[in-house]
Order: sequence, then C-alpha cells, then structure tokens
Amino acid sequence: MKSKDEKRFQFMGNVVMIIMTILAVAPLLLVIISSFTDNNTLIRNGYSYFPEKFSLDAYHYIFVENPQVLKAYLVSFRLTAVGTVLSLSVTTLLAYAISKKELPARGVLTFYVFFTMLFNGGLVPTYINYVNIFHIKDTFWGLLLPGLVTNGFNILLMKSYFTSSIPDEIVEAAYIDGASETQTFLKVVVPLARPIIATIGLFAGIAYWNDWNNGYVYLNRRQDLYSIQNLLNRIVQNIQYLLQSGDSNAAALLANLPTVSVRMAMAIAGVLPVLVIYPFVQNNFVKGITLGGVKG
Amino acid sequence: MEISDSCSFFSCIKKGWHAMKQTAKVKRDSKKTLRLVKRFIPVYLMALPGIIYLFINNYMPLPGLVLAFKKYSTKKGIWGSPWVGLKNFKYLFRTQDAWIITRNTLGYNILFIIVNVVMAVSIAIILSELTTRWKKVYQSTILLPHFLSTVIISYLVFAFLSSENGFLNNSIFPLFGKEQIPWYTEPKYWPFILVFVQTWRGVGYNCIVYLSTILGFDREIYEASAIDGASKWQQIRKITLPLLRPTIIMLVLLSVGRIFYSDFGLFYQVPQQSGVLMNVTQTIDTYVYRGLLERNDMPMATAAGVYQSLIGFILVMSANLIVRKIDPDSALF
Repeated sequence: MKSKDEKRFQFMGNVVMIIMTILAVAPLLLVIISSFTDNNTLIRNGYSYFPEKFSLDAYHYIFVENPQVLKAYLVSFRLTAVGTVLSLSVTTLLAYAISKKELPARGVLTFYVFFTMLFNGGLVPTYINYVNIFHIKDTFWGLLLPGLVTNGFNILLMKSYFTSSIPDEIVEAAYIDGASETQTFLKVVVPLARPIIATIGLFAGIAYWNDWNNGYVYLNRRQDLYSIQNLLNRIVQNIQYLLQSGDSNAAALLANLPTVSVRMAMAIAGVLPVLVIYPFVQNNFVKGITLGGVKG
Repeated sequence: MEISDSCSFFSCIKKGWHAMKQTAKVKRDSKKTLRLVKRFIPVYLMALPGIIYLFINNYMPLPGLVLAFKKYSTKKGIWGSPWVGLKNFKYLFRTQDAWIITRNTLGYNILFIIVNVVMAVSIAIILSELTTRWKKVYQSTILLPHFLSTVIISYLVFAFLSSENGFLNNSIFPLFGKEQIPWYTEPKYWPFILVFVQTWRGVGYNCIVYLSTILGFDREIYEASAIDGASKWQQIRKITLPLLRPTIIMLVLLSVGRIFYSDFGLFYQVPQQSGVLMNVTQTIDTYVYRGLLERNDMPMATAAGVYQSLIGFILVMSANLIVRKIDPDSALF
C-alpha cells in the first residue's frame, strides 16, 4: 500500500535525480557532439547539441594525419599499464607485510607508512630531490615515479582489508602445511584478496591515466614523452599564452594550433578509456570508496 | 594524483593510528624474535620495494624544507645556499599575495564544505528512499565526473563558457536576448563557477559515505513511525537527519582540518590560467606551483608551502581535538 505522500516523494525524488543525472553527462555530451561537428559550423554557430553539419575530420586528423596525438596516446597507455602494475605490486607487498600480526618491527613499519600521510616535503623539496639526485627530469621516470604511491593511503587501505577479511588461520595453516612465505602469499593470500586488489588497481590506473601534474612539472624539453593529458594541457597553455602576450603574430600563430573540433576530439580521446571501462568497474569503485570511508 | 580525497584520507590516518596502537610492542623473548625474523625474511624482502620507494618519495625531500629559510642558488644547491632567516616569510607577508591566497583558499573551502554537505546529504537521502530500479543508474552516473581529469574538465567548462563559441554565449543567451559575457575575463562570476564545478564533480563521490550510513539504519524505526502516521518529510527530519548527524559532523570537521589545502587541478586548470582572474582563483597550492614553474622562485614557494603545512597541521590537530570532545570514538588520534 502506497500512501499519497509516498507517491509524491517518489515522483519528486525521481525528478531531482533525473536532473542531476542529465547535469552529470550534459557537458560530456556537448563535447562529444562538438568533436563530431564540422569545424566551420562550430566556429560560426558555437558549441551546440544539434549542429548543422557533422564531420569526422577531427578524428581523421588526430588518428591519421597528426602522429603527435597518437604518440601521446601510446605514452598514456604505456604509463597506465606500467604504473598500475608497479604501483599495485609495491602496495600489495608492503601492505601484506605490515598486516602480519607476528612480524617483528611491524609497529615501526606501520608508523613509517602512516607518517607519510601526516607530513611531506611539498612540491618544491620533492622536485629538487627528484631532479637533482635522481635526475628524472625529461625522462619517462618523471611521469612514473612521483605518483607511484603518493602516500600511505592505499597501503593502509589494503592492509586493513588483509587483517579484517583474510582469516589468520588459513594463512597459518598453509605455513604449517609446509608452504613457504612466498607460496602462501601467492597461492593463498592473493586469490583471497582479489576484490581489494581490483579496487586499488583501478584507483591507480585511473590516477595514472588522468595525471597531468607530473608531466607538467618534470617534462620540460622532451615533449615527445607527453601523455594525452599533458598534450591537452599544453594546447590550452599555448592558446592562453598567445592571447595574453599581445604578440602581433598571435593571430597567425593561433591559426596553426589545432582547430576547435580537433581539440574536442582530443579531449574525448582523453576520456574514452575511462568511459569504456566505467560501466564495468563503477560498482567496484563504490565499494572501494565505502571501504575507505569513515565507517570502514 | 587526484583520487584520494579529504574524507578517505583522514579515515586512513585514523586506521593507521589505530593499527599502531594495536601493534604496540608485545614483549617477546629475544630467541623467539630471532626465530620469527628468520622465518619472515621473505616478508621483509616483500616490504622492501615499498620501504625504499616511500623513503625516496616522502622522506628524502623533508630536509629540503630548510629552503624556506635560504636564498637559493642552483650552483650551490640546497645546502650550500646562504641562510636568510625569516626573510622569505617577511617578503611573502608584505605582499598582497599572502592575503589573497589565504582568503581564497579559506573562502572557497568554506563554500565547498557548506554546499557539499547540503547537496550530498540531500542526494543520499533521496537515493536511499527511492524504490525505482533506476537508482543504481542515477548513482553511477552522478559519480562519473569524479573520474575525469581536471584537464578534461577544463575543456568541458570551456565548451560552455568560451566567449567566441561557448554554448552559453551562442545558444542560450540569444534565446533570452541577453548580452554575451566574456567569462574568462570577468572575476565576479568565478566564485560561483568554481563552486558549481566542484559540486558537479564531487557530489556523486561525497554522497557515497552518507548513503551507506543511511542504508545501515534500522528500518524498523521507519516502519513504526509510518504506522504512527509520520509523513515522509517528518521521517527525514525526525529520524534520518538526527541519526546522520554524527557522520555529518565528522565529515565536516575532517574537511575543516583540510581547509588550508585546495584542489590544485580545479583552481589551476578550470580558469585556464587567465591572468585577469588571478585575484579570485589563486590559492596557496597554485601559488606554490607557479612559484616553482613560472616565477622560478623556489625559496618563496617553499616558504608558502611551509606556511601551509604549519597552519594545516594546527587545524588538523584542533579539528581532532573538537571531534574527540564530541565523540571520542570518531577522533582520528
């Protein structure tokens, strides 16, 4: 039995949520449609949901004519693959170690991880450290290293999963049955921890795919190492620079930059992988975030 | 890296702290310890890459903070550069910059906190009450913007606001006979735009913790109140909100603890670095970045960073003190 009050609430609730849902995707949709719009139409009529003339030129340009975009795209994929595997391995291994109740010096190790969440040197000291001592400027390492494990967050998240969801008895039983620590970890712990490994892996993967900070800070001369995010960022900067410099050649130089529809196609290329995997993984995200939430 | 966020960040600090308390040294005799160390050698080896990485990434830069008290010369390096005492700080606070970045960082964060709580709690309540099977779709769609990079978001915003061919200026305003607005050169609109973009991006994420809390409430209370004739609105006001209060207070206090830190990407990318907007878009984090990358003034940037971590640390501690007074179980440490 549904009361009138209940029905009214359900109706209003649905209306609000439909509006929110539309608002969430509308900007993306506008850019998607713009990327399929003929560039002259775009310049004449502006961005529109119902353009006069469609065109695939922008995609032809970025995937066939201009190798720069495809190259940046490959860097992004390579970075995300390597970064995710490395980040996940380092995180899982350390998290497993500090989840072992009997491990001598476990407290010290946990504090060592925990402390990184309270204090850090900040941008400039980190930059000087990486550039002057490890010389990662203008190398692929510059994209990879500074974001590998930004702080103890994921490590502690995973550690709390190990301690709460994998029974000690199973691990001990494997050990008593004569499995080595390495075998126990690979054959018993990893299969049981698959949900958290998937979640942390997704966090790391998305973070690497979306990262533009590291390329911006650590790549100076080597623009060939740009990820797609860095390339997108660079284009905006060039445009702003030309607009603000008051250069008399600005107009001519601006004409050389990618056209509006090409820029939009590049932005879409930049989100495409996220959009493609999102429906399959969003449930995992929600679980992961709830896990990291206050109640977890 | 943009994924980790203030609330989950703090819950993790909390977890780390509790884990440490739990593992406070249990007395063992040295023979047994030795045997355990031997047994766990492979485990220590497993931990090694992570230990080395955190050392390089998080510990080695710490001494570099002394740069805030030095005049940096690239030739001499951090340690060879001469000390200048508090000169960098004096200079920072003599300029308008210190005031502007502090005002913006605090002001925006306060706005964000208020709008986020109102929006996230409302959405969480609505989602928890809806019976339609579409609610999963609603929830995952409004979460999507959280996973877009700020560079992409700046492109999306630009599609709407661009003065030459933006959607608002070209398609919406003409319908109402309104004049075009040069958004990227008009500072007065930006507080609104930034709050809107931040909410748009974060609401799906922020409502998750509230939603999971509400779903944990005992449904019997609601059924009992419905039998007594309570309307939906009364249930929300008299049951859901009071039960949700501890969670709201916790999350708000935790974001107050992070109030001196800003979402760097949002303030750096979304205004497209427009110089005219700097007064309303520069925050401490963007100031530090620009100090390093544009002005090449490392000591000043470090000084601003030290200023941020110091005040930030005091705020975390005070927020925690207050939480502990209200609800000892929710305190971070």
